[in-house]
Amino acid sequence: MTFGWKHLMGATALVAAGLTGGAGLDGPRGFGPAPALAADDITQGGTMTVTYKDDVSTLDPAIGYDWQNWSMIKSLFDGLMDYEPGTTDLVTDLAESFEVSEDGTVYTFKLREGVTFHNGREMTAADVKYSLDRVVNPETQSPGAGFFDSIEGFEAANSGEADGLSGIEVVDDDTVRFHLSRPDAPFLHKLALNFAHVVPREAVEEYGADFGKNPVGTGAFMLDEWTLGQRVVFARNPDYYHEGIPRLDRIVFEVGQEPIVATLRLQRGEVDIAGDGIPPAKFLEITQDPEYEDFIIKGNQLHTGYVTLNVRMAPFDDPMVRKAVNMAINKDRIVRIINGRATPANQPLPPLMPGYAEDYEGYAFDPEQARAMLAEAGYADGFETELFVANTDPQPRIAQAIQQDLAEVGIEAAITSLAQSNVIAAGGEPDQAPMIWSGGMAWIADFPDPSNFYGPILGCGGAVPGGWNWAWYCNEELDAKATKADSMADPAQADARIQMWREIFLGVMEDAPWVPIFNEQRYTLRSPVLGGPDAIFVDPVHIPVHYDYVYRTDVQ
Amino acid sequence: MAAYILRRLIQAVLILIGVSFVTFVLLYLVPADPARQIAGRSATAETVANIRAQLGLDQPFYVQYWRYFTGMIQGDLGRSYLQKTEVAELIAARLPATLQLMGGAIVWELLLGLTTGIVAALKRGTWVDNTLMVASFIGVSAPQFVVGILLLYVFAVLLGWFPIGGYGTFAHLILPSFTLGILGAGWYSRMMRSSMLDVLRQDYIRTARAKGLDRVRIVLRHALPNAVLPVIAMIGIDVGLFMSGIVVVESVFGWPGIGQLAWQAIQRVDIPIIMGVTLVSAVAIVLGNLLADLIAPFIDPRIKLR
Repeated sequence: MTFGWKHLMGATALVAAGLTGGAGLDGPRGFGPAPALAADDITQGGTMTVTYKDDVSTLDPAIGYDWQNWSMIKSLFDGLMDYEPGTTDLVTDLAESFEVSEDGTVYTFKLREGVTFHNGREMTAADVKYSLDRVVNPETQSPGAGFFDSIEGFEAANSGEADGLSGIEVVDDDTVRFHLSRPDAPFLHKLALNFAHVVPREAVEEYGADFGKNPVGTGAFMLDEWTLGQRVVFARNPDYYHEGIPRLDRIVFEVGQEPIVATLRLQRGEVDIAGDGIPPAKFLEITQDPEYEDFIIKGNQLHTGYVTLNVRMAPFDDPMVRKAVNMAINKDRIVRIINGRATPANQPLPPLMPGYAEDYEGYAFDPEQARAMLAEAGYADGFETELFVANTDPQPRIAQAIQQDLAEVGIEAAITSLAQSNVIAAGGEPDQAPMIWSGGMAWIADFPDPSNFYGPILGCGGAVPGGWNWAWYCNEELDAKATKADSMADPAQADARIQMWREIFLGVMEDAPWVPIFNEQRYTLRSPVLGGPDAIFVDPVHIPVHYDYVYRTDVQ
Repeated sequence: MAAYILRRLIQAVLILIGVSFVTFVLLYLVPADPARQIAGRSATAETVANIRAQLGLDQPFYVQYWRYFTGMIQGDLGRSYLQKTEVAELIAARLPATLQLMGGAIVWELLLGLTTGIVAALKRGTWVDNTLMVASFIGVSAPQFVVGILLLYVFAVLLGWFPIGGYGTFAHLILPSFTLGILGAGWYSRMMRSSMLDVLRQDYIRTARAKGLDRVRIVLRHALPNAVLPVIAMIGIDVGLFMSGIVVVESVFGWPGIGQLAWQAIQRVDIPIIMGVTLVSAVAIVLGNLLADLIAPFIDPRIKLR
């Protein structure tokens, strides 16, 4: 997923310099303790204002793929599967129930009855098929087409030879069946992706390329107004099938607001959520102010920041050297550089991900041991190398910390700071970038399953020109194990499968193609008038906030 | 006159074609691959290749340019890679905000530039003159994002007199238009001062003074109309100056104009939007200059249009 934490431009940093230490701006409503309410006696109503810096991109679920429209699309559309709000636990949504064949290649979904699109028409199994046919159709240009490559007939549909996926069968209005060409264990997760959300054919055909600006779904909210460059307004879908949801009547998304300005307005009570998060320059001021203590919500994300060591470039072709580098870098110090908005990492998977090895100790920071290992590998005098990094704050500062740590053990790393797209291009070449700090481009999982953290970034398939496996790491044994794990689609094997993935990632760490640095955490500051479980404000899937479950305390 | 205008318009069209070509070449040479940018990292190589083909990015350069060119002359600026909306629509939606901002900036320029220029000229050599000229020098040289941020901090955050950025009411317009206008105000102040001093040295002013007319009347009735004309003629050229300023000012103040659109597009390598805004800016600059040239003979009859 292309989500990456936003980086403030220079101008904002300057605003910040002027503003930190600014007067304590009490909002007219004040930040006091919010009343807690039981979930079922919440009154619906009220408006919430959310701000973003950038314009809202398309709201077409087949196309939208940034961390700003991701959750907005989820509020307008639904898929067969979703997640328990605030968690990574899969639940049925448009599907009422499902069955999986014993060999894991046939999935039969019974649809929820009486679900209507915002245009009033009832949703049927044909809509489910149409929506997926549309996503894999090359003319749709969906970035997510590849997720559905296990459905029979994918190649023909994706190349434009066939009209749709032969593997999706409309059994009757309420039943849809998927035939897979191979068992695909994370398939249900893929059906929870926005790309598999259900759209009504007539609306797509009516608006054509502008469907993303005139979205019609089954979701909790409907699009009410879109003033380009200024605001997008959602209104409650009165016919939504989850009773009592959404809690709010309206959400106003104001765009073009710098995070620093948004935070100031939030403190004044003009804004309820600053969608881009708390800007670094205001971070300490706000997190250390007891007034905001109850309104800052901290959550983990499915993110790992790492340094890739190109195993095809000397001296990183020597595992001993890669392990030494792992031990040379002080991750705690790097976490301090970003104001502690992360936890140090020792393995590719983030702690939130199933398969994370809690008892794994990794390569502890030990410069002396690192030096000894370098000497053993024949680099007693160190060596010279190059560290690529994106040129937006705080990435170059993090790279400098890494550079200093490496210098301590005799490795002289020159920093090459480039525009993000150029770093990505260099990483996609086998002989360009010996080391890359992934900051700003690091992996955030598309869905909470360990398989999503392997293929493109650590598997042999990703080690191709233009790929994302910047370490160019390819361990065929682990690849085979990964394939085997993903064929274990039987729910009874789920635990065994996760265990297998855990072993795969520990196997990766044996070869040490990465230096895992940290797992970023998300902080959301919300206004006191908003209520709801903390977890929905840092939802790991409905990024950044699960809008459907937010309520206003002043209408209660 | 008509022949002159026609010739200038033909020139303008050639300039615009040139601008479109140069911009297209520059963006073509940007090392970022738009297809990859759109596809995101989870996309398979086939998906990226498909998007590239769908957008025609796999075609040779001249085919791509020709396609853009033929669209452009029909008013079709393509669709945003990321927003998927027509670029012409995106620009049209934001143009009124930018024009409003420029209008406000012109008012500030004239208001500040002309008054300080006149006062400085009348108080020539005194501390008033010196102070004003230093101030105008600061106006000309202060980076707009510093000015904007200071104003925002002092008047919106600390004093709370104005909204903290945004768009919609007259109060929203004051600070950003001031920030955009202050550069021009500095220029106008200096031009007005020298133009005024020039006029005040003329014989007819001396005659007026000899007649015993009072000082205010001389300045307002006799000197000002002549002194102000060359300054007014500059407004058309301001448009070019504003075009660079709006990117900064609109971003600082969250003003929903085409400058903010351009800034977002540059960060996300949304090439069709960058092309579109560049072309619209070029049109504005060409028209502004044409306007300035057309006004010139009315102001100074010694100028002839050829």
